[in-house]
Amino acid sequence: MSKQAQHWEKTRGLLFVTLAIWFVFSIGIFLFGAEMEASSIKPFGYPLSYYMTCQGSLGIFVILIFWFAGRQEKIDEEFGFSEREDD
Amino acid sequence: MFKGKFIDNLPKIYGTYTGGFIVFIILMAIGEQAGMSAKVIGICFVAFTVLIYALIGYLSRTIQVDAYYLAGRQVPTVFNGMATAADWMSGASFVAMAGGIYFKGYGYMALLVGWTGGYVLVASLLAPYLRKFGCYTVPDFIGTRYGGNLARLSAVIVLTVASFTYVTAQINATGTIASVALDIPFNIAVYVGLASILMCSMLGGMRAVTWTQVAQYIVLIIAYLIPVFWISNKMGAGVFPHLMLADEVARIAELEAQFGLGSVKNSAADLKQVPKGLSGITKAHAEVNTTPWKFISLAVCMMAGTASLPHVMMRYFTTPSVKAARRSVGWSLFFIFLLYSSAPMLATLSKLSLMDPNLATGIIGKSISEVQAIDWYQNWNQANLMFVSDFNGNGTLELNEFFMGGKAVVLATPEIAGLPYVISGLVAAGGMAAAMSTADGLVLAISNALSHDIYYKMINPKAETAKRLLIARILLVLIGFAGATIAALEIQGILGSVIWAFDFAMSGLFFPLVLGVWWKRANAQGAVAGMLGGLAAGTAYLIAVRSGYPGFLDITQLTFGIVGSVVSLVLMIVVSLATKAPDAATQKMVDDVRVPSGKAILGRQH
Repeated sequence: MSKQAQHWEKTRGLLFVTLAIWFVFSIGIFLFGAEMEASSIKPFGYPLSYYMTCQGSLGIFVILIFWFAGRQEKIDEEFGFSEREDD
Repeated sequence: MFKGKFIDNLPKIYGTYTGGFIVFIILMAIGEQAGMSAKVIGICFVAFTVLIYALIGYLSRTIQVDAYYLAGRQVPTVFNGMATAADWMSGASFVAMAGGIYFKGYGYMALLVGWTGGYVLVASLLAPYLRKFGCYTVPDFIGTRYGGNLARLSAVIVLTVASFTYVTAQINATGTIASVALDIPFNIAVYVGLASILMCSMLGGMRAVTWTQVAQYIVLIIAYLIPVFWISNKMGAGVFPHLMLADEVARIAELEAQFGLGSVKNSAADLKQVPKGLSGITKAHAEVNTTPWKFISLAVCMMAGTASLPHVMMRYFTTPSVKAARRSVGWSLFFIFLLYSSAPMLATLSKLSLMDPNLATGIIGKSISEVQAIDWYQNWNQANLMFVSDFNGNGTLELNEFFMGGKAVVLATPEIAGLPYVISGLVAAGGMAAAMSTADGLVLAISNALSHDIYYKMINPKAETAKRLLIARILLVLIGFAGATIAALEIQGILGSVIWAFDFAMSGLFFPLVLGVWWKRANAQGAVAGMLGGLAAGTAYLIAVRSGYPGFLDITQLTFGIVGSVVSLVLMIVVSLATKAPDAATQKMVDDVRVPSGKAILGRQH
């Protein structure tokens, strides 16, 4: 397999992981809105359903994007595809 | 001043600017103490900030294509993040979002999740690849990747429909704020708003819009956060409201029960008295009040729409590298998060201020005549944003007898909570910044697509630089005027048309963009079918639902993008597979887009 094909394989793998986490926090947990509301887990004292819509999911998305960017940079470096700094 | 070294000096320049703005706020506060009238303070805030933006726009003027379309591709990560956040957060986010949460609670918060979750799709599926492509506009990518003028034209059509729907709402918002702050009639204020918008973009294109948007972000975030923190501290609710309002949320639930939320229904005759656009509290504050599907379908539409709206995507074309584009998406969302996570807190504080009889500001349970005598009630009643009426004739204001407009949550809460008027002036300046920055991004996206993709690429490929930029500027002004003219007619509300814009963009552009990078086999015929078919299906569904068709699967006029995008996806796959695979050169182009290193597909001057 060529270097480029390997690079793309890894990139795609990272995409699937990223989208899986995204799916859980943007769609998955909201299938269980009522269950979250009844849950005894109360971040900072807020009902879990309320907290996830106000801050929880939003904050996780911010972290997820930075994490994704870092991983993708590592993959690019590994295969020598990262940009030269003076580009 | 705006060359080379300017980029290195950015933190210093915007640091000074922020400091200057804070000094200005303090001066206004001193002025208020010294007896300056509320109206003068409002005028000063709006006029001063708009003049600063115009100055930045003038200083950023350019005669280079590269700077006009891409801000010279040298916008640093964090600053591009701020500019994108301002580009993104519209008048609707600033003025209407907290109000939506206040009235509709959990069901409405699907928009918060959707408008942030979409950035994960932007970062992982699209932005870095489109940056590598080196295109000037979104149709530029579609036209080059798929090949042919028809694909390019289809993309321009979808872009124009979505962005134009959006921009009229923004010009409408600038008009509303300008008319309140400057005390002029709305249909004149709309053109004042338009003039301010054009001053920021006409001379310098993307470069001017970038640097004004950074300035506008700073104003709007200061204007949003100061009242939230101030009110929270004044009420004794907590120094840091975002983490400390749990008791207040619980207290609202307690009061809702005490005041019999939902137990008394207003009769149709009673509701007829209530001015149009105002509503009462009918939904519990923090309860899960919608079905999972309704929540998720709305969130999905907003997410896919985010990833397809061209005025956001084109901000990532301005970063120095692919790596910077990716990180820049993270910063954008961080800056957006600062405001979005504060909106629910503002809604909570606002509601508690009005409801809690233990607070001096609480009005529910007081006598009607007492409430009608309050200064701020009279002001906002006159502005048609507040209304009380003694439906049951007991002389006391009940929860179901108090009505408010959505905008009042942001605009009136500082006054209700007893903050000095200088804060209300600041909020007006913030709302103006939010609406202007989004309008600028949208007008520029449309006029760039028309001037670059239609005029230069399709009509006159031999046009000289000066002529191209002249055409771009003329189109910018024309589109601005068209938008303002429609805005002056006041056909739709602000929030409704914003949501439609997302659905239009999602219907026509989401899959053609994503598959352009992720599916090599996608070809021009498939893309054209996907774009036009998706847009047509979505629009048809919207029209059908609006004229009484009950719809299917609970898909409403707010989520018609689901219909459009599914049709788009199916058409794109079927038509692509039924026709010839893209040639070797196109396949090679897709391979090149997938790695960050190496030359951009389209050169610097194209």
